[in-house]
Amino acid sequence: MADLRCNLAGIRSPNPFWVASAPPSNTAYQCHRAFEAGWGGLVWKTIGEPIVNVSSRYSAFNHNGSRVVGFNNIELISERSIETNFREIRECKERWPGRAVIASLMTDTRENWHDLMKRSLDSGADGVELNFGCPHGMCERGMGSAVGQNPDVIETIVGWVKEVARIPVIVKLTPNITDVTQPAMAAQRAGADAISLINTINSITQVNLDRMCPEPYVNGKSTHGGYCGPAVKPIALNMVQRCAESPHIRLPISGIGGVGNWRDAAEFIALGSTNVQVCTAIMHYGFRIVADMIEGLNDFLDSKGMASVNDLRGQAVAALSNWENLDLNYKRIAQIDYDKCIGCNICYIACEDGAHQAIALKSPEVLGIDQGPGRLPGKPVPEIIDQACVGCNLCSIVCPVDDCITMVDVDTGQSSLSWQDYQGKVARGEMAAIPPHH
Amino acid sequence: MPLEPILTAEQVLANLAEIEPAYSPQEARVEANRCLYCFDAPCIMACPTGIDIPAFIKKISHGQLTGSARTILESNVLGGSCARVCPTSVLCEGACVMLDRDQAPIKIGRLQRHAVDHVMDNDIQVLHPAEKKNGKKVALIGSGPASLGCAAELARLGYEAIVYEKSEEPGGLNTYGIAYYKLTPEVSLKEVELVRQLGVEFRTGVEVGRDISLAEIQATHDAVFLGIGLGQTYRLGIPGENLPGVAEALDFIKHIHTRPLNHIPVGRRVAVIGCGNTAIDAVTQAKRIGAEEAVIIYRRGEADMPAYAFEYALGRKDGCAFLFHAAPVAIEGDTEVTGITLIRTEPDGRGNVRPVPGSEFTFPCDMVIKALGQEKQVNLLESIAPGIALDRAGRIVIDPATGQTNLPMVFSGGDAVNGGREVVNAVADGKRAARGMHQILGGEVVEGPIQTTRLGVSGRPLGSGFDQPVRIAETSKAAFGTSSFSTHF
Repeated sequence: MADLRCNLAGIRSPNPFWVASAPPSNTAYQCHRAFEAGWGGLVWKTIGEPIVNVSSRYSAFNHNGSRVVGFNNIELISERSIETNFREIRECKERWPGRAVIASLMTDTRENWHDLMKRSLDSGADGVELNFGCPHGMCERGMGSAVGQNPDVIETIVGWVKEVARIPVIVKLTPNITDVTQPAMAAQRAGADAISLINTINSITQVNLDRMCPEPYVNGKSTHGGYCGPAVKPIALNMVQRCAESPHIRLPISGIGGVGNWRDAAEFIALGSTNVQVCTAIMHYGFRIVADMIEGLNDFLDSKGMASVNDLRGQAVAALSNWENLDLNYKRIAQIDYDKCIGCNICYIACEDGAHQAIALKSPEVLGIDQGPGRLPGKPVPEIIDQACVGCNLCSIVCPVDDCITMVDVDTGQSSLSWQDYQGKVARGEMAAIPPHH
Repeated sequence: MPLEPILTAEQVLANLAEIEPAYSPQEARVEANRCLYCFDAPCIMACPTGIDIPAFIKKISHGQLTGSARTILESNVLGGSCARVCPTSVLCEGACVMLDRDQAPIKIGRLQRHAVDHVMDNDIQVLHPAEKKNGKKVALIGSGPASLGCAAELARLGYEAIVYEKSEEPGGLNTYGIAYYKLTPEVSLKEVELVRQLGVEFRTGVEVGRDISLAEIQATHDAVFLGIGLGQTYRLGIPGENLPGVAEALDFIKHIHTRPLNHIPVGRRVAVIGCGNTAIDAVTQAKRIGAEEAVIIYRRGEADMPAYAFEYALGRKDGCAFLFHAAPVAIEGDTEVTGITLIRTEPDGRGNVRPVPGSEFTFPCDMVIKALGQEKQVNLLESIAPGIALDRAGRIVIDPATGQTNLPMVFSGGDAVNGGREVVNAVADGKRAARGMHQILGGEVVEGPIQTTRLGVSGRPLGSGFDQPVRIAETSKAAFGTSSFSTHF
């Protein structure tokens, strides 16, 4: 059993799985249920001057029969009073002293930030998270992503909060910005203790073509919602890694964005997150999913001989590099396992139309392949044209059979050569320029 | 006492309910999303009419049901009935690559039905006649699947097509001769209506050779298509065959399709002679409309039966009994059937069977249904189309490229040519003949609808043009045991 305990800027939790600040963390009732299920921490639904919500509020991006590949919402921060929220945080903290409870905050003036920060301290919360990310509604009022998109304002507000903070301050970043390291550095300059990212992405998930109105539908209109769920994970991983690799950012990271299972969590942690926060998967399946996450991460760490989740943190960060450092002399090509090929020939048409025309259709007899799966009288099977294959991965990506098309290394007999090296060598006359493809 | 109906109309209706009900829209989408969208998909190659199956399935998953049905019907105007009656496990579904991955093919037949039902139920017209008629006229004799396939294609090519049918309703075996729980006459007649909407004229109640001669028709038409199918069921040639209570399978099935459901006489103990797919249709329906016992009697063994494995399985599931290696000797009774005397048979070592002397026994029953296969219409052909070339089995000989017989501008297809195959083969034959006529009459060569799944790729699919389903292994996998003397009571 690996040690899953983690410590984000001094906030301890028995495992790295936190409920993100969102509809599932709206009330003490939900918080109790989450902790009963096993969640290590919970970031309370953002507290601020109570708002008024609309109906309806959520919409999803479904794809080829899979529901909620992506999800968006136009809900605002808590619609409950500030008093109620902090009273319930106190209750939860008293009942679950070993779990992390974080107050998520959003307000405007220095005075109001001081007030919320002090109330957070009084409530017994383990830390606060400043919501500088919410991309809908609140930003129109100068809060949320309106703050997160302006590093100077971030710095100012974090500074205000830190004036009175006695517990760790996490700054939640918006992805609706070109370079996420800029707001992260602004938060760091102002003394933030950690960053969490990503908040939701500006989005329209679908247009109802009969009403000619996107969803979620509110009496003839809609608005741009915050996008999250499995589809945003690649964007979130990229932003987390950007912060993790930056030599200028030393803040611990709470990873958010499309986490739904242990593997997602492991990827975030391998790219530099200390812990992860989850919302959409809970909204889809309930708090119970944490049991699998805990078990899966544990088994994974055991299988890798890692004693603690902390050993995993950042392990894959350094493998990311600028393109110019990649080896131009490395070569891999596709290889088809004919015992597995079912003859759908999707690889053929994908390569033919979408990539590099490196797959031919041949009769099995010509290839000298016996009858087997995918082999029908007269029906051709795909063959990789090794000389034409650039090793792009496309065929292995679209192949519907596990391990049927694999990418294998080809020994080019040449030593590693990056674009950097190449530019230098050509300039110094040490090698000829590589001729363009015909 | 003559045979009488046993069950009420409600009971019969319930028992004859479709064995494979329609998909709900969500079921269809879920199944459609399983399809891999193969390139040069083997299912297309295994379909005699060459429907672009991945294309129509993709459209279902995108909620484009009208377009899906258009793709189907452009290739096969009887796509709705084929979806219900095709032996898909040995055609498209038997070729599905998913068999190699998940052991479960895409349910192509049921998806096809989902799409075609959409346009049929909502009266959406997806096929259209040619914008301009070419002034040429073609007569079609018989209105079964082959003629319907031919007539629809002709109408779309600009021909005037007139169908002559001796029965009151068009559709041939599709209307009268397929198990009710697979295909109701309503579905068949709706398809006839679809062909009629293309401008095809149907003259029913007209028997060629009696009401009008073929020569008269030829004189006023540019071409003729003989879609006459097969004739009467073979005779047993044993005593008692003319007793009331002895029925031909196709007549029995026709009664179910033409009479009120509580007016179909059936025995309490029914013996069905033969073990082809029509025999299974007869025995299962006899059971479903009230027979207490229904037995297939077959002179060969279980492994020899011509019925598809899935048909056999259905018969077993319906509680029908199968008596193998028994041949009828006489039907007993004076004024009505009281039993059938059988003799045991055994393999003769040369691939046939021989009677076992002294092994006669009588199986008591009050109805005998003959399902021995249908005769070729040799006499009819010789009288209406003298000189037409037939093969030794009595099948019309055609040019496989055009469907033309040895008689100029006389074409044929379907059961009369192939000796009795599937609806989908008949439609394909009809289509081929229409294109053959068009070519011979000076039109351009018609290649068939463009397969959108291979747009942008020149040439024909490398594996196209199979007549036979591809994974024969699938058929044998589904077959039952091969014990030669099994008796199931």
